Amino acid sequence: MDGSRRESFVSHALLIFASLVALYPFVQILLVALHEPGARVTGFSVPTSLHFDNFVTAWNKGLFSSALVSSLLVAVGVVVITLVVSVLAGYAFALFTFPLKGPLMGILLIGLVLPYEATVIPLYYQMKEWGLLNTYWALILPQVGLSLALGTFWMRNFFAGVPRSLREAAEIDGASRFQTLRRIMLPLAVPALTTLATLLFLYAWNEFLLALVLVPNNPDVQTAPLALSFFSSDRRNSDPGVTSAAAVLVALPVLIGYIALQRKFISGMLAGAVKE
Amino acid sequence: MTAAAPPGTGADSARAGTSAGSSRRGDTRIRAWARRQYWPAYLYLLPGAAFYVLFVLRPLLTTAWISLFDWDGLTLGSWTGLDNYTALLSDPALRASLLHSLVFIFFYALLPVAAGLLLTGLMVRIRIRGLAVFRSLLFVPQVLSTVVIAVSWRWIYDTDGPVNGLLRAVGLGGIARSWLGDYTTALPSVGLIGSWIMYGLCMVLFLTGAMRIPRELFEAARLDGAGPVREFFTVILPALRGEISIALVLTVTQALRNFDIVWNTTTGGPGNSTSVPSVFIYQGAFVTRQVGSAAAIGIALTVLTVAVCGVIMRVLREREG
Repeated sequence: MDGSRRESFVSHALLIFASLVALYPFVQILLVALHEPGARVTGFSVPTSLHFDNFVTAWNKGLFSSALVSSLLVAVGVVVITLVVSVLAGYAFALFTFPLKGPLMGILLIGLVLPYEATVIPLYYQMKEWGLLNTYWALILPQVGLSLALGTFWMRNFFAGVPRSLREAAEIDGASRFQTLRRIMLPLAVPALTTLATLLFLYAWNEFLLALVLVPNNPDVQTAPLALSFFSSDRRNSDPGVTSAAAVLVALPVLIGYIALQRKFISGMLAGAVKE
Repeated sequence: MTAAAPPGTGADSARAGTSAGSSRRGDTRIRAWARRQYWPAYLYLLPGAAFYVLFVLRPLLTTAWISLFDWDGLTLGSWTGLDNYTALLSDPALRASLLHSLVFIFFYALLPVAAGLLLTGLMVRIRIRGLAVFRSLLFVPQVLSTVVIAVSWRWIYDTDGPVNGLLRAVGLGGIARSWLGDYTTALPSVGLIGSWIMYGLCMVLFLTGAMRIPRELFEAARLDGAGPVREFFTVILPALRGEISIALVLTVTQALRNFDIVWNTTTGGPGNSTSVPSVFIYQGAFVTRQVGSAAAIGIALTVLTVAVCGVIMRVLREREG
C-alpha cells in the first residue's frame, strides 16, 4: 500500500514537471514581453508591474494585424477545401470497390511522409507561371494538396468503422451512395470532421516554409509565422521585449482556440486511437 | 479502365459476397450494390486526385527532372545526368548536413520515444488523476508555431537568457555562453528544442495506449514472477508497438525535414555547424541559384525519408491479416 502510494506520488510529480516544461518557453516569453519597454531583461527576471507597451510596438511595427488576418484566411481556405475533398475520397476508399484501389492508396500514403521540401522548387515556378505568386492562392492550393493525404486516410478510417447495418438500411430505403453519404455518414462524422479540421487548421496556421517560398514579397499576404520570422530576424528589432511580444501575438490566437477546442481534439484523438 | 473487370463477375464483388455472410439474399444485395455503381468511385476521387497530382505528384516528378540539370532558375539549363547526385556524395558540407540530420533523429525521435516509454512504464500501474489536463498541457508544444518556438528558445539560449542566468546563479557562470552561437553547443542546443517539441506527443500516445492494455496481462505477468523490468519488456512494449511505430514515423520525419526550427534559430550556422539538407534546398533554390543541385538534395531527402518510414512501419507493424 505504501509502495503504491509512493509510486503514485512520484508519477504525478513527474507528470507535473513534464507539463511545466512544456509550458515554460511560452510563459518565459510572455514574462519578457510584459516588461517595461527598453528594460534590460536578464535570466528569469519577472516584471514588477505589467506593461503592454511592447505589444503595441510589435503590433504597429510588424504588420501583425494584417498577418493574422492572412493566416486566418489561408487556414480557413485550406480546411474547408481539404475537408470536402477528403470526405469524398475517404468515402470512396472506405466503401467502394474499384480497380487500382490498392495502388492508389499506396500513392496517397507517400503524401503522409513526403518531406515537401522536395516539391517547393517546382511549386515556386508553377505559381510564378500562373501569376499566383504572392497571393493567397499560392498558399491555399498547395497546402490542400499536402493535407489531403492525412484527411483522406482519416475519413476513410472513420467511414470504414461505421456499422454496416446503418449503410444497408439506407440502401434498402433506396438511397443512392451520395445520399447515404450526405444523410447517414456526414451527421455521424461530425466529431471526426471537427477533429480533422482542428488538426488541419493548426498545420495551415503554423506553416512556414511554403509561406517563405511562395509569398515572400507581399506584406499584405504574409502569414503570421512569416511576419514573425522576418520581424525577429530584423536587426533593427533587437529588443527582446518587443520580439517576445510579437511571438506571443502570433501564438495567442492558436492557444485560445486550443483551450476552447482541446476536449474535441483529445477525445477525437482517443477515438481514432481506440478504433485503430 | 472500368471495362477491365465487368462488375458483378469480378473477384471484388465475389469477395464482398462472401464477407457479407452465407445468406443468399445478402449475397445478391451486395452484388447489386456493386453493379449499380462502380465507376462513380473515380468521380469521388477526382477532386482529391486533381489537387494531389497538381500540387504533390507533379512537383515531385518535376523536382526529379530538374535534378538532372545544371540550372540557375533563369536561363536554359544544361543536362548533367546524375552529376548532381554524385556531387552530393562528394560534397563535405552536404555530408556534414546529413550527419546533423542523424543527430537530429536522436534528439527528435529516439530521446523523446525512450523518455515517453520510460515514463509510461513508471505510470502504467497507477490511476492517474487529471490525465486530461496533463494531456492538454503536454500537447502545447505541438500547437505552437515553429517560428514562435524558435523565438522563445532563442531567448532561452541567449547570452542574457534564463539558461545562462541559472548557470550564473549556481556559480557556473564560467560555462555561460551564447548557446546557439557556439560551434560546439549549437547542434545539441537546436536538437534539444526538437526533443522538447516531441516528448509530450510521445508521452500522450504511449500513456493512452498503455491504458488499453488489459489488466489481466499485468496480473498474469506478476503471477509468473515478473518484476517491473520484465513486465515492461514482456507486456508494455509489445502492446505499444502500434503507438511506437506512429511516434517514430512522426518524429523521424520531422527530424529529417527540420527546416523551420533550424532556419529560425541558427540558419544553419555558426559556419555550417547546424546545417541540414532542407536548408541547402532552400538556399540552393532561392539564394545561391543552384537549382538543379537543390532539387537533387530534395529527391535524396524524399527517398531517405520514405525508406526510413517504410522500415519503421515494416519492423513494428502489428501482426494482423
